[in-house]
Amino acid sequence: MFKILKKRALNEQVKLLEIEAPLIAKKAEPGQFIILRINEDGERIPLTIADFDRERGTVTIIFQEVGMTTKLLGTLNEGDALLDFVGPLGVASHLEGYKKVAVIGGGLGTAIAYPQAKKLHSLGAEVDSIIGFRNKDLIILEDEVKAVSTNTFVTTDDGSNGCKGFVSDVLKSNIEAGANYDLVIAIGPLIMMKVVCDVTKQYGIKTIVSMNPVMIDGTGMCGGCRVLVGGETKFACVDGPDFDGHLVDFDSAMNRQKMFKSEEAQSSEHKCRIGLGGKCNG
Amino acid sequence: MANMCPTKTPMPEQAPTVRNKNFKEVALGYTPDQAIEEAKRCLNCKNKPCVSGCPVNVKIPDFLAFIAEGEFEKAYLKITETNALPAICGRVCPQENQCEGKCVRGLKGESVAIGRLERFAADYYRENCIAKTNKPTSNGKKVAVIGGGPASLSCAGDLAKKGYSVTIFEAFHTAGGVLMYGIPEFRLPKDIVCKEIDNLRNIGVDIQTNMVIGKILSVDEILESGYDAVFIGTGAGLPKFMGIDGEALNGVYSANEFLTRINLMKAYKFPETDTPVKVGKNVAVIGGGNVAMDAARCAKRLGAENVYIVYRRSEDEMPARNEEIHHAKEEEIVFKTLTNPTRIIGEDGWVKGLECVDMELGEHDASGRRRPVEKKDSQHIIDVQTVIMAIGQSPNPLIKSTTDGLATQPWGGIIADEQTCATSKEGVYAGGDTVTGAATVILAMGAGKKAAAAIDEYIKNK
Ligand SMILES: Cc1cc2nc3c(=O)[nH]c(=O)nc-3n(C[C@H](O)[C@H](O)[C@H](O)COP(=O)(O)OP(=O)(O)OC[C@H]3O[C@@H](n4cnc5c(N)ncnc54)[C@H](O)[C@@H]3O)c2cc1C
Ligand SMILES: Cc1cc2nc3c(=O)[nH]c(=O)nc-3n(C[C@H](O)[C@H](O)[C@H](O)COP(=O)(O)OP(=O)(O)OC[C@H]3O[C@@H](n4cnc5c(N)ncnc54)[C@H](O)[C@@H]3O)c2cc1C
Ligand code: FES
Repeated sequence: MFKILKKRALNEQVKLLEIEAPLIAKKAEPGQFIILRINEDGERIPLTIADFDRERGTVTIIFQEVGMTTKLLGTLNEGDALLDFVGPLGVASHLEGYKKVAVIGGGLGTAIAYPQAKKLHSLGAEVDSIIGFRNKDLIILEDEVKAVSTNTFVTTDDGSNGCKGFVSDVLKSNIEAGANYDLVIAIGPLIMMKVVCDVTKQYGIKTIVSMNPVMIDGTGMCGGCRVLVGGETKFACVDGPDFDGHLVDFDSAMNRQKMFKSEEAQSSEHKCRIGLGGKCNG
Repeated sequence: MANMCPTKTPMPEQAPTVRNKNFKEVALGYTPDQAIEEAKRCLNCKNKPCVSGCPVNVKIPDFLAFIAEGEFEKAYLKITETNALPAICGRVCPQENQCEGKCVRGLKGESVAIGRLERFAADYYRENCIAKTNKPTSNGKKVAVIGGGPASLSCAGDLAKKGYSVTIFEAFHTAGGVLMYGIPEFRLPKDIVCKEIDNLRNIGVDIQTNMVIGKILSVDEILESGYDAVFIGTGAGLPKFMGIDGEALNGVYSANEFLTRINLMKAYKFPETDTPVKVGKNVAVIGGGNVAMDAARCAKRLGAENVYIVYRRSEDEMPARNEEIHHAKEEEIVFKTLTNPTRIIGEDGWVKGLECVDMELGEHDASGRRRPVEKKDSQHIIDVQTVIMAIGQSPNPLIKSTTDGLATQPWGGIIADEQTCATSKEGVYAGGDTVTGAATVILAMGAGKKAAAAIDEYIKNK
C-alpha cells in the first residue's frame, strides 16, 4: 500500500497528493509518470510525476477530476493509501543543452509541464513559461511556475485574469518580438498542442509534446496507448510520453480519445448511483 | 483389466449455447467414478511413450495407476514430483502434441485423457486434502526472479524448496503472467492460479508486485543489492500489429489489450468493475493460435453476434490446441481460413469493415508449412466493428535495453543455454517465452525448473 502523506486542492477540480513511494522517488525524472490503482476493482490510470523528493521518498501527483477514478481519488485523504502505484514509467525528457525554452502548459498540462520547467531552470536554461486556463478560478501552480521561470505569462480564455487569449497567441507574439527559443515544450489538450505545433512549424522551432492516450499496463504490453508519429506506430508508455510534436498525427490521437467515451459516462453514472464515486455532478 | 473403450470418457461441459454467454469454466471436470473409468484405459505399456512426450516427464502411468485404484492424493503427489502446477497444465497443455500424442491407445481410437486426469487429481487434492507445507530451512542465499509467469513460478518454487530466499519482482499488480492476464477465466479459473501463487508464498517466496524491472530497479542493481543470482522470466508480452492501414482506428485492439482488460481488469463485470471493454455486433479476430481462440470466445461472451477467426493458412496449420478450436466452433465462432486481411476500413474514426483477400496453399516454406499465396481478384470486405490482432508477441525490450552484457537474438529474445538457462551475464539466468518466443506454459515451467537446478549449482560453487 502506498500512503497519502499530503493532500491539497489547487482549484475546484484539481488536487495534489504526495505519495510515499521511496523506490520510485529514487529513480523518477521529469517527463515520467506512474500508474495507480485505488482498490481491487479499480481501473489502472496513468498520472504524471509532478514532483518528487528523493530524500523524503515521496512522489507528487496532480490530477483533475474528470471521471470515475480521478473523482474517487479526490475523495481520499491524508493517511489513506493506494493499492498499487507503479513507476517510474516512460522515457525521461531530454532537457540538456538548451539555452532558451518556452514551456507551455494548457490547463492541467501546467502540472505536467512544471517538472520540466523546473529541471530546465536547474540546468541553467532561460525558461519562458506560458500557461493558459479557461478562467481565473482554474489557475494552478502560478507561484511554483514563476519560481523557475525567467518570464511567466498566464492567459485565460475569457480574460478573467486580465490577460485574454490562448497560449499559442502569446508564443507567437514572443517569437515575433525576437525571443530566440531553441526548444518549445507544449503540454495540454491535444488541440492546444496541435495549434502550438502549427505555430512552431512556421518558425522551424523544435517542439516536444506529451501524449496522454488511454493506458493499461504502461510497459508496452497492450498497445492501447499507440500513437502515430512520423507515420510509425509508437507506444506512448515506453517510447514516450514525449514526442516530436511536428511528427505527431494529432487527428488520429484525438479520434482515439473517443474510444471509451460512452463507457466512461456509464462508469461514472453507475458509481454515482451506488454512492462510491463521491461527488460527481461534474 | 483395462477399459478397452476406444474413446475417452466424456468430460461434462457447459452446453455451448449456455457457456458462450458466461465466463464460468467450460469443462467441468471428471467425477471420481469417471476418472477411475478413464484411468483404467491405460495399458501400462512398457515403453511409456507418454512420459517422453511430456516436456517435464511426469510419471504418467504411475499416477494413472493411482487414480485407477482410487488413490487420488497419491496420484497428485506423483505428478508434483516433476510438475509443480498440475491444475493449470491439465487445463492448458497442448496434450495432443505431447503425452497424449504419443499414447499407444491413440493408434486405434482416442488416447487416454491424460490431461483431464491430471486436472482431476489436482482439483481433487485442492478440494479435499490438506497441503503439507513445511517451510524449508533457509540456506541464507538470495535469488531474485523477474516476472511472475509460469517460468518464474516454477523456478521460484524449486529454489525455495531448496532453502533459498526468493523474491519475485512482477510488473503487474498480480503475479501469474499470461495465466492471469491472457488465458480467460472460462478456461483457467483465476482462483486456481491464485491458489498456486499462495502455495509459493506459504513456502516463503516473497512476491513484490508493481515492480517494473528496468525502471524501478535494474538487473545490475538487484545483483549489487545482495542477490546471488537472478532469473529472468519476463515472457513475450510485446504485441505485434500487421502494419496495415486502419490500425489506429477505434475498435482495433491487440489481443493483449483486449484480454488484459477482460481477464486482469475484469472488464467482463463492467460497470461493477471500473475498466471498460467494448465489442461491436461483428468482430474479426486475426490469427489462429490459442490467443486468437481466447479473444474470439471472449468477444462472443461479451455479446457479439458474429465472431470470425480470420486466418491466412488452413485449419490444419492452426497452432491452437485442438480442444480450443473444437470449443470455439461449438460456440458458433465462424472460421474464415485461407483469408488474409489487407486493410481496416473506417468511418468517422471507427472500424466499419475488414478488407481481405482469399489465399490458397502453395509451396512448403521454412516452417515446413505450405505457404499461403493470394488468389487473384478475391478481394472482399467483412462487415465488422471490432478487429482484434492476435498475430503473435515478442519479448519486451525493456530488460535488454537496461542490462549491460546481456546477449539477445535479433528478434529480441534473450540468449540462454538450453540445459542451464545461463545467459551471457554471470549469475543471470533466463527462461520461458522471453528466451523461446511465445510458446507454452509447460515449456516455460520446464525452463524455470532447469534454471533452478543450475542456479543452485552456481551458487554452491561460487
Ligand atoms: C502519460 C499520462 C500522464 C497523465 N498525467 C496526468 C496528470 O498528471 N494529471 C491528470 O489529471 N491526468 C493525467 N493524465 C490523464 C489521466 O490518466 C486521465 O484523466 C484519467 O485516466 C481519467 O480517469 P477517470 O476514470 O477519472 O476518467 P474517465 O471517465 O475514465 O475518462 C475521462 C477522460 O480521461 C481519459 N482516460 C480514461 N482512461 C484513461 C487511461 N487509462 N489513460 C489515459 N487517459 C484516460 C479519457 O479519454 C477521457 O477523456 C495522464 C495520462 C497519461 C497517459
Ligand atoms: C491468450 C493466451 C493464451 C494461451 N494459451 C495457452 C495454452 O492454452 N496452453 C499453453 O501451454 N500456453 C498457452 N499460452 C502461452 C503461455 O501462456 C506462455 O507460453 C507462458 O505463459 C509463458 O510463460 P513465461 O513465464 O515465460 O511468461 P509470461 O506468462 O508472459 O509471464 C511473464 C511475466 O513477467 C512480467 N514482466 C514482464 N516484464 C517485466 C519486467 N520488466 N519487470 C517485472 N516483470 C515483468 C509480466 O508482467 C508477466 O507477468 C497462451 C498465451 C496467451 C497470451
Ligand atoms: S499502456 Fe499498454 S502498451 Fe502502453
